[in-house]
Amino acid sequence: MAGKIRVVVAKPGLDGHDRGAKIIARALRDAGMEVIYTGLHQTPEQIVETAIQEDADAVGISILSGAHMTLVPRILELLRENGAEDVVVLVGGTIPEDDADELRRQGVAGVFGPGAPTSEIVDFLKGAVTA
Amino acid sequence: MATTEPGAAGWRESYEASPEREGELFSTISGVENEPLYSPENVELDYDRDLGWPGTYPFTRGVYPSMYRGRLWTMRQFAGFGTAEETNERFRYLIAHGNTGLSTAFDMPTLMGYDSDHPRSLGEVGREGVAIDSLADMETLFDGIPLGDVSTSMTINAPAAMLLAFYACVGELQGVPLARLRGTVQTDILKEYIAQKEWIFPPGPSMRLVVDMIEWCAREMPLMHPVSISGYHIREAGSTAAQELAFTLADGFAYVEACLERGLDVDEFAPRLSFFFNAHLDFFEEIAKYRAARRIWATQLRDKYGAKNPRSWLMRFHTQTAGVSLTAQQPEVNLIRTAIEALAAVLGGTQSLHTNSFDEALALPTEHAVRLALRTQQVIAHETGVVNTIDPLGGSYYLEHLTSELERQAYEYFDRIEHLGGVVAAIEENFQQREIADAAYRYQSEVEKGQRVVVGVNRYQLDEEQPLEILRIDPALEQKQVERVQAVRARRDSALVQATLAELEQAAAGDTNLMEPILACSRAYVTMGEMCDALRETWGTWRETPVF
Repeated sequence: MAGKIRVVVAKPGLDGHDRGAKIIARALRDAGMEVIYTGLHQTPEQIVETAIQEDADAVGISILSGAHMTLVPRILELLRENGAEDVVVLVGGTIPEDDADELRRQGVAGVFGPGAPTSEIVDFLKGAVTA
Repeated sequence: MATTEPGAAGWRESYEASPEREGELFSTISGVENEPLYSPENVELDYDRDLGWPGTYPFTRGVYPSMYRGRLWTMRQFAGFGTAEETNERFRYLIAHGNTGLSTAFDMPTLMGYDSDHPRSLGEVGREGVAIDSLADMETLFDGIPLGDVSTSMTINAPAAMLLAFYACVGELQGVPLARLRGTVQTDILKEYIAQKEWIFPPGPSMRLVVDMIEWCAREMPLMHPVSISGYHIREAGSTAAQELAFTLADGFAYVEACLERGLDVDEFAPRLSFFFNAHLDFFEEIAKYRAARRIWATQLRDKYGAKNPRSWLMRFHTQTAGVSLTAQQPEVNLIRTAIEALAAVLGGTQSLHTNSFDEALALPTEHAVRLALRTQQVIAHETGVVNTIDPLGGSYYLEHLTSELERQAYEYFDRIEHLGGVVAAIEENFQQREIADAAYRYQSEVEKGQRVVVGVNRYQLDEEQPLEILRIDPALEQKQVERVQAVRARRDSALVQATLAELEQAAAGDTNLMEPILACSRAYVTMGEMCDALRETWGTWRETPVF
């Protein structure tokens, strides 16, 4: 594919734990991607708007608040409503395995738990966006 | 290899002749370089000046003359989920198993000043803590728990004044005088901007609220610690030990200065300031951090801020083991990590301790996991013998070196922060946030290169992980809580609500202490979210410039 991969790294909801999001944002940038970090406390509407405005190839959602089953499906729905269902969605955080299965079923490309190496996420994203 | 030279030179020669292990770093987890050996040659100490005696200046060896021989630390397990009813049950469970102090975790909407039925609360109610919307929830939370007999810690910051008011009102309803209510309210908004990121208002009015609480507690609730100046979250955000130490103490000095500006006498409020640190895995570095913290605080309070009362000089702190060190892989191994971290906190002289549960990289803890966490503290207290002697590692060449080294690094940060115009100015420039993000990224890179080994994550992995039984928060609890707050709104005296809220707004626009208007609102069952909204109207809200 031509040009750099454009990724929006987003923190939805009220969760302020941003260590992971910032590490991932840097790792993706160091891997040569164009990274837009939304900052904290974003609504699903704000995240999707950013993804569309930035013409993002992917959205990485970092969430440790336990609200993933409310917020992530809403983001997927809004992407679809805006004709942006081809945007690759990744989720990282404390996501129990059966929730992760359900999110994948709904269209999340990858779910990464605590301890996932950033190199794995970089490789996954490269594969998913080029595919 | 045998050595021909005597003493240090001979040892050094033999050491250099033998190969070191390759691939892993010998620095502390924070990146502080370690020599292979410390001896009187690289540690300069003046015993009375640098260490002193337990309970005397500069308190390096501990804040009390008898330490754990007099009284053990308070075993204070942090708990909260669902509605006030579920958390009240967990509190009673913990008390029944030997927990000696209560500690309340609030959910994200409460931390951010939103009621449970606010659109932004959707999906977050009761997930990471208990949802408290009004005095009615607080009454349920402490139902059957006599507030005169317990000490309660509340991890709440931006809306701390409202939760303190709810607690005071429950005391009133139970017939317990304010002067007998004991506990700690976190209230540390500066570390929210730096690390935990649960804020509402801009720094100016936020600091005013903090000082209002300190001033009011000094007068009305003298056994309450109105602020717990917290390094915990700074460390969890990925900082080094030195950053945790430096940014936390700098925040502490900022509160002292704000109170002095208000015209308070330092000895009126400083004895009630308390601290909260992380206990991470690098054992000696952590112990050194606590000892350095006590020494710096005592020195600055006495020499810079002119405190005369020795109680103003002594730093008392709560400790929590490092959530960030827990792994989702082979989670039972977290029991061992937590035990080592807790031991460091005890050897560092903590006044109270929370041990994390082994399942917390996956979810909020189950009762079983919480009981094991509490048992870890009980084993340290009753079976290991470490409580029998005060500061038993004091005088270790290595530990004393590290204590002085962390102290030196902290003073370096104080200078840099002062150069930027103080803590708030530095926050506005994202200084602390950037330093922390850099440290977090450096550590992560070291792990990924295999220079730092995390058992079960980048070495000794299992092909197949056993699934673990985790706590599930019933999604129906959110609806239950939404109905609770709406029922409160329906049955209260709405004229009184309007009147007390109007008074709060008026007071916020002026400069009188806000605690009394907040108490009046609380008694009228004005919700926390409504009070915060009134203040948002007057003060505006805070937004950070995102950096990574």
